[in-house]
Amino acid sequence: MRPILMKGHERPLTFLKYNREGDLLFSCAKDHNPTVWFADNGERLGTYRGHNGAVWCCDVSRDSTRLITGSADQTVKLWNVQTGAQLYSFNFDSPARSVDFSVGDKLVLITTDPFMGLPSTIQVKQIARDPNEQSSESVLTIKGPQGRINRATWGPLNKTIISAGEDAVVRVWDTETGQLLKESDKETGHQKTVTSLSKSADGSHFLTGSLDKSAKLWDARTLTLIKTYVTERPVNACAISPLLDHVVIGGGQEAVHVTTTDRRAGKFEAKFFHKILQEEIGGVKGHFGPINALAFNPDGRSFSSGGEDGYVRLHHFDPDYFNIDPIPVFLARGGTLKNEDFVA
Amino acid sequence: MAVDMGKLRWGELEDDAEDLDFLLPPRVVVGPDEKGVKKVIEYRFDDEGNKVRVTTTTRVRNLTRARLSKRALERRSWPKFGDAVQEDAGARLTMVSTEEILLERPRAPGSKAEEPKVAGDPFAAMGKAGAVLMVCRTCGKKGDHWTSKCPYKDLAPQTDSFIDKPPGAEGAAASPAGTGKGTYVPPSMRAGAERSGTEMRRRNDENSVRVTNLSEDTREPDLLELFRTFGPVTRVYVAVDQKTGVSRGFGFVNFVNREDAERAINKLNGYGYDNLILRVEWATPRPN
Repeated sequence: MRPILMKGHERPLTFLKYNREGDLLFSCAKDHNPTVWFADNGERLGTYRGHNGAVWCCDVSRDSTRLITGSADQTVKLWNVQTGAQLYSFNFDSPARSVDFSVGDKLVLITTDPFMGLPSTIQVKQIARDPNEQSSESVLTIKGPQGRINRATWGPLNKTIISAGEDAVVRVWDTETGQLLKESDKETGHQKTVTSLSKSADGSHFLTGSLDKSAKLWDARTLTLIKTYVTERPVNACAISPLLDHVVIGGGQEAVHVTTTDRRAGKFEAKFFHKILQEEIGGVKGHFGPINALAFNPDGRSFSSGGEDGYVRLHHFDPDYFNIDPIPVFLARGGTLKNEDFVA
Repeated sequence: MAVDMGKLRWGELEDDAEDLDFLLPPRVVVGPDEKGVKKVIEYRFDDEGNKVRVTTTTRVRNLTRARLSKRALERRSWPKFGDAVQEDAGARLTMVSTEEILLERPRAPGSKAEEPKVAGDPFAAMGKAGAVLMVCRTCGKKGDHWTSKCPYKDLAPQTDSFIDKPPGAEGAAASPAGTGKGTYVPPSMRAGAERSGTEMRRRNDENSVRVTNLSEDTREPDLLELFRTFGPVTRVYVAVDQKTGVSRGFGFVNFVNREDAERAINKLNGYGYDNLILRVEWATPRPN
C-alpha cells in the first residue's frame, strides 16, 4: 500500500478521530489548530482556529455537525464542523486532556489535568441543542485518582464512566452518583501510565495502551482483563479494528531519545495483533518519530496514524491484508488453539 | 494603491507583494474532464517580480468501492474553511507516499524468507557459474542476471494508488511573456520517452503474442498467471492509458520458446476470461 501523507500540522500529532460514516478524519496536534481531512484522499477540508495551546483530544457528534476539542489552553471548545465556527468555549482552571461525547450526544465527558495544586477531575457537562443556550455548569465532577487522567470514556448505555491515566489503574465510575464501582487489579493490570484507551465498535470491550510496553483488552461491563498484547515499545496509541479481529498498537521510544539512537531502534511501526490469539500479524513502518495517535476507519478498510513527526499517514489496506491467516505462525510459536477463544 | 507594473523594483515588491495580488488574473479550474484530469491555473509573482503562471494537473478518480452515504456526499461539496481556504494548489499538504509500505509479516521462528521460484527459467543455467555477487534488484534473484537484464523488469510493482504521483507533481511554470515553450512535461510522461528507450528494444523480441479484449481490471500479474502455464515468459505488458491509468484492453506477452507461444495462442484464443472472450494472436511488428 502507498500511504497518503498529510502534512498540515507543524507540531506532533496528539489524536485522530473519524466521524461515524468514516468520510472525515479529525486530527489534533500540539499546534493550535485541529484539522479536518477527507478520509479517502487526504484532502484538507478545514481547520478550527481559536485554541491557544496544544490540542489534546477531540470528539465528533454522531451526525457530524459538532466537534468538541480539549486543549492545554484550559478550554474545551465546541465547533461547527462544516464552517469551523466556534460555538462555545468551556473554561477550566487547568488543561483539558480528554473529551468524549456520550451516546446520544447530550452529554460530554471532560478530564482536566492536575495543575497549580488543583487535582485532576472528570467532569460531565450537558450539551444544549441550541449553542446559544449552552451552559458551562458541570452535571457531575469526580475527583480522586492521582495524577493525570489521560482518557475517560462512556461505558455501555452511558451508565458508567471508564477512566485511566498516570496511576496505571483503570476505573469504572457510576454516571449518576459518581461513585467508584470497579478498579483494575494492580497485579494483572498495567504497571505504568495508561496513555490511550479505545473502545470496540459496539462498546462491549475496550483496549488500553500503556508505557509498560503492553496493551490490554478489557470487558467494558465487568472490567475483567481479556487479553494482553505484549510489545517491545512503550505504547502511545491503540485501536481496535471494527471489521476483523485485529488490534493495532503504536508507540516508540520517548521523543527525547530519538535523536540519540538509530531510526530502526525507535520501533516506530504500527504493530498489528490478532485480537484473540494475541499474536503479532504485521507491522507498518513509516513514521520518523513515535506514533501518538491511531484510528481505524469505521469501515475497517483503512487506518490512519499520527506521529511525533507531525505527519498523519493514511493507509488504505491492500487486498491481502484481509486474508492474513495468523494461525500457522501462532502454532509454530508453540501456541495452542482453544475452543473457547472462538466462542464469543 | 495603484502601482505601475513597468516601474516595479524588487525592493517595493518585497513589501507590497500581498497588495499586488489583485493585478493577477483569477484562478481558473478546468475539469475534471471525462478522463478525470483536472487542471488548476494560477498566477502569482515570483521572487523577481515576474508574473508566473502555475498549471497544476491532478487526476481525480472516483472510488467505486467507497460507498458514501448521502450525508457524506453532501459533505464532499462543503466549502473549505480556516487555513484550508488560502491553500494554493502547489502547497502539497497531502501527498501519496513514493515508497511502497508493506504490512510486514513476522516470520515463524525457524522458517526462511521465501524465494520466488519460476519453473523452467531459461536463465537458471547461466547463473550456475556466476558468483553470488550478482543480485537482481527487481526480482531479488541471486546470480541469475543483472538488474538491467531482469526478465521480470516489466513486472516490477506498479503504482496502483488512486491518485497517481503526488497530486500536483506536474506543477509547471511558464512566463506569461510567452517564450513559446508550453508546459513542462516530465521525462517519464513524454511521448514515447522511456517506452521507446527500453521497451522498443525488447519489442523486437520474437515470440510476441498480442492479447486483445482484456477486461479493464486485468493487470500484468494476471496476464502472467494466465500465460506462464504454457512456458517461460520474458515480458508481460498491458497497455494502460497514461492519463487515467485505466487499462486499454490489450497487452503483449513474450515467450522464450516459439512453440510455447503457439500453444498459448491455440489454447487461449477464444478463451473466456473475466466475462470477455480473449483474442490471442501473433503480434504484428510495427510498421515503422
